[in-house]
Amino acid sequence: MAKTEPQVRKTLERHGLSDEQLKAIFRTMLLQRQLDNRGFQLNRQGKVPFALGSEGHEALQAGAAMAFNRGKDILAPYYRDLGLAIGIGLTPYEIMLSIFARAEDHNGGRQFPNHYSSKQAGLMSFSSILAAHIPHAVGAAYAMKYRNEAGRAVLVTCGDGTTSEGEWHESMNFAAVHKLPLVMLVENNQWAISTPLNRQMAEPNIYKRAAGYGMPGEQFDGFDPVKTYDAVHRAMERARTGGGPSIIEGVCYRFLAHSTDDNDMTYRSKDEVTENRKHDPVPRFESVLLESGVMTADEIDAMKKSVLRETNEATDKAEAMPYPEASDLYKHLYEGAWEPWQ
Amino acid sequence: MAAKTKTAKAAFERHGLTDEQLIAIWRTMLVHRRLEARGFELNRQGKIPFASAGEGHEAVQAGAAMAFERGKDILVPYYRDLGLDLGIGLTPYEVLLSLFGRAADHSGGRQFPHHYASKQLGLYTISSIIAAQTSHAVGAAYAVKLRKEQGRAVLTTFGDGATSEGEWHEALNFASVHKLPIVFLCENNEWAISTPLSGQMGQPNVYKRAEGYGMPGVLVDGFDPIAVYGAVKQAMDRARRGGGPTLVEGKCYRFLSHTTDDDDRTYRSRDEVNARRKDDPVPNFERFLIEHGVLTAEAAEQMKSSVLAEANEATDRAEAMPYPQPSDLYSQVYAGPWEPWQ
Amino acid sequence: MAVAASTSKILNNVEAVRETLYEAMKSDDRTVILGEDVGNRGNVFLITKDFVKEFGEERVIDTPIAEASIVGIAVGMAMEGLRPIAEIQFADFIYPAFNQIVGEAAKTRYRSNGEYTCPLVIRTPYGGGVRGALSHSVSIEALFYHVPGLKIVAPAFPADVKGLLNAAIDDPDPVLFLEHKKTYRLIKGEVPDGHYTIPIGKADVKKQGNQLTVVSYGLYVHWALEAANALEQEGLSVEVIDLRSIRPMDRGAILESVRKTRKLLIVHEDNKFGGIGAEISAMVAEEALFELDAPIRRLCAPDVPAMGYALPLEEEYMSSPAEMADAMREMVRF
Repeated sequence: MAKTEPQVRKTLERHGLSDEQLKAIFRTMLLQRQLDNRGFQLNRQGKVPFALGSEGHEALQAGAAMAFNRGKDILAPYYRDLGLAIGIGLTPYEIMLSIFARAEDHNGGRQFPNHYSSKQAGLMSFSSILAAHIPHAVGAAYAMKYRNEAGRAVLVTCGDGTTSEGEWHESMNFAAVHKLPLVMLVENNQWAISTPLNRQMAEPNIYKRAAGYGMPGEQFDGFDPVKTYDAVHRAMERARTGGGPSIIEGVCYRFLAHSTDDNDMTYRSKDEVTENRKHDPVPRFESVLLESGVMTADEIDAMKKSVLRETNEATDKAEAMPYPEASDLYKHLYEGAWEPWQ
Repeated sequence: MAAKTKTAKAAFERHGLTDEQLIAIWRTMLVHRRLEARGFELNRQGKIPFASAGEGHEAVQAGAAMAFERGKDILVPYYRDLGLDLGIGLTPYEVLLSLFGRAADHSGGRQFPHHYASKQLGLYTISSIIAAQTSHAVGAAYAVKLRKEQGRAVLTTFGDGATSEGEWHEALNFASVHKLPIVFLCENNEWAISTPLSGQMGQPNVYKRAEGYGMPGVLVDGFDPIAVYGAVKQAMDRARRGGGPTLVEGKCYRFLSHTTDDDDRTYRSRDEVNARRKDDPVPNFERFLIEHGVLTAEAAEQMKSSVLAEANEATDRAEAMPYPQPSDLYSQVYAGPWEPWQ
Repeated sequence: MAVAASTSKILNNVEAVRETLYEAMKSDDRTVILGEDVGNRGNVFLITKDFVKEFGEERVIDTPIAEASIVGIAVGMAMEGLRPIAEIQFADFIYPAFNQIVGEAAKTRYRSNGEYTCPLVIRTPYGGGVRGALSHSVSIEALFYHVPGLKIVAPAFPADVKGLLNAAIDDPDPVLFLEHKKTYRLIKGEVPDGHYTIPIGKADVKKQGNQLTVVSYGLYVHWALEAANALEQEGLSVEVIDLRSIRPMDRGAILESVRKTRKLLIVHEDNKFGGIGAEISAMVAEEALFELDAPIRRLCAPDVPAMGYALPLEEEYMSSPAEMADAMREMVRF
């Protein structure tokens, strides 16, 4: 196929990212949005009971995922981290298995959609309980430090609402006392279901809490995947080299309702959402890549098609898979067989 | 009477405190120390099973108590606040009733020593659970604000260890979101039972956490009752005027073991404790008042005698009082009589 | 108890916990202990005294005062391959950690379909009779025994403490290990040297008898034995079963005994309503109702939140050996 010549109109501060890495970030963003939409579509079609959107988090997650060392680091995510999960190696098929709750899913169809885990990928199992996973991340970071595993770190994420939880605070404090290899990445999308940031906290800059724990804090534009990569990469490198934990805050926006069970027009205005949509990171990063000559329009087009194809294939393949057996309800409660009366 | 022996008054920052108030502060400090020693004596005599101590906290508590408006403000203390409780109006007799677990005690002998409560004084009931009281204080402050009770504020206190609890964080965050009339006073005595401050937090200044909540943070010398009064008064006045919450940190030191069940020699050196004793606020403030002509040496001796007499009378009177009846175990579980099966 | 150890020594319950923890720390460097004042102080009951000198601050972690994260961090350590032993200083302080125990630790294996596991021990001193008042005396077992995914152990004798704590440490799943404070120094007994385990879920008949079965655990096993031994003088024969494990529970041992004695008395320090005795009563009613010669009876704490500080309030809350003897006498003569 004849290649169109790239039109370089702007130089890009790329923070050491190669063209291939930039393209990979963009592909993760496209895939995240496509799979997110697919969940909502399947829900409207009555095929799945529930889906959870992450539109607006694509840049933040794809950028952060690029700073994750596969096979070494550990990710302790929350339930709005589809892009992070695929960015560190989960496949669209695995995502669709989770959405359809099929037996082949990592969790055997037990967990809610978007509650992925994969021991192989270094992706820790988590629940829907806000902040409950943060001490787990701290415990994992403690294990790394205890075993002197230099060059490894834990990336733990949460939304702005979760920072109000006591366990968030306890975890940050403990990580700081022990200088653990941990990065607390806050994806501040300004909404906790229906509660806006100013009802969640009086000081809207979450990173400022870091000083109170005695650790570095930093804020960055969460709509910019390259800036995100830079901030996460620096914090992860600091953690990997014994420099201790950080709290870094990416400011983004939740474009959709909290989930398919939520209607955000009951608590925020269409105008607010429309205004924020102007900064949608997916088309924005597409323009950046075009203008800086990293990708041509044709390449972008081809990538979008391949992402759609991959999503369709994953959907069909996962949908065709069987549900778990009813008897699977009784498995993996403890190791081995189990009866409450012995 | 003893005016002729007074030295000339040297000027000092008194934050508007009259001579009478300064003397009252010192008397509270004396009573505090005397009653605490009495608890330990009674324990060694085998008359009571348990006592805890706040030696080193006399200045921070007596100073703070002077900023409390009796009949208006609310105090939500913790279990090391004997001096604060005395300073807002609790009597030595009430203290001894608690130590002896007598029926006439406010809690009817249910609570551990030093877990005072008196609705009349605005003194909230607390448990031994660290930081659990901080959210109650915030709830009380919310009620004060909701009812638009101008000129009223809540004072809540805790040690340095409590700041690690999740509930502490949740309480400060909520108070700042709602700009509640509350002052959080940390009595930082550097030890949480056996855990030193460096094991408790990653940086040693509790007041620095305030910025992360968007509220003022104030550091004060907790061995200086006048400075404590100044800081707490200013913060309480701001709270009473609708200016929102403040985090005040008074640095002091725990001279004794945590309780009669603890032996601090197992975890800290005598050299450390002895070195800090030279800053003992009780003799230091006595010397200060005499040097500045607020008090004569004769008057100081008289006051010490009267404090001892008062402690002795309270001890004898409380000891002679009866225990609660076994049937008292069943009252006040719910309003009205109660059976689990109805 | 299938124990091959040739030597033994007399220990109290504190010493039994201490020796077991020490041997676990010595034998497996994945083992870490974390909790409030476990390091330099060596635990408020001195159970881990000097551990920090031998094993270092990295393995004997004095945590900030933050119970939810003590358990939560231990869960993460367990998921990442360590073998944490978390301590809640007093059982009364465990409530902030409720979600981490019930919602996280007990569900980790299940929710990940076996991919992640949570081999974790949570030790905590519980129980009254020590003038602990409202916040240093509670029993918490009934709040947790409803929870699948969790195991709960509450031994009463030093040898059982060691065998079951070893079993808990070796266990691939989360175990809540309850230590009755009053028995800590009061109860002494012979403890075999070396490593041995007692299976979780197995009760032990501490005294044989044929006129009444008494089921208990913790401190009250000792008091029930005291009462039962006193009744021997009156010619009454009472069998005393120490459950040792609360979840899972030993159905076989209870039924075997009840089918022999045809009468069942359950004695526990926790509140009666919704307590462990309720489940035992229901099980026996389902399995052996027509083999009983008397109604099942429970002697438990009254339905009040906790014992008070003043001595009469504590004594009223607790059952005494004399009260137990009265209940036993009445049941034998029923």
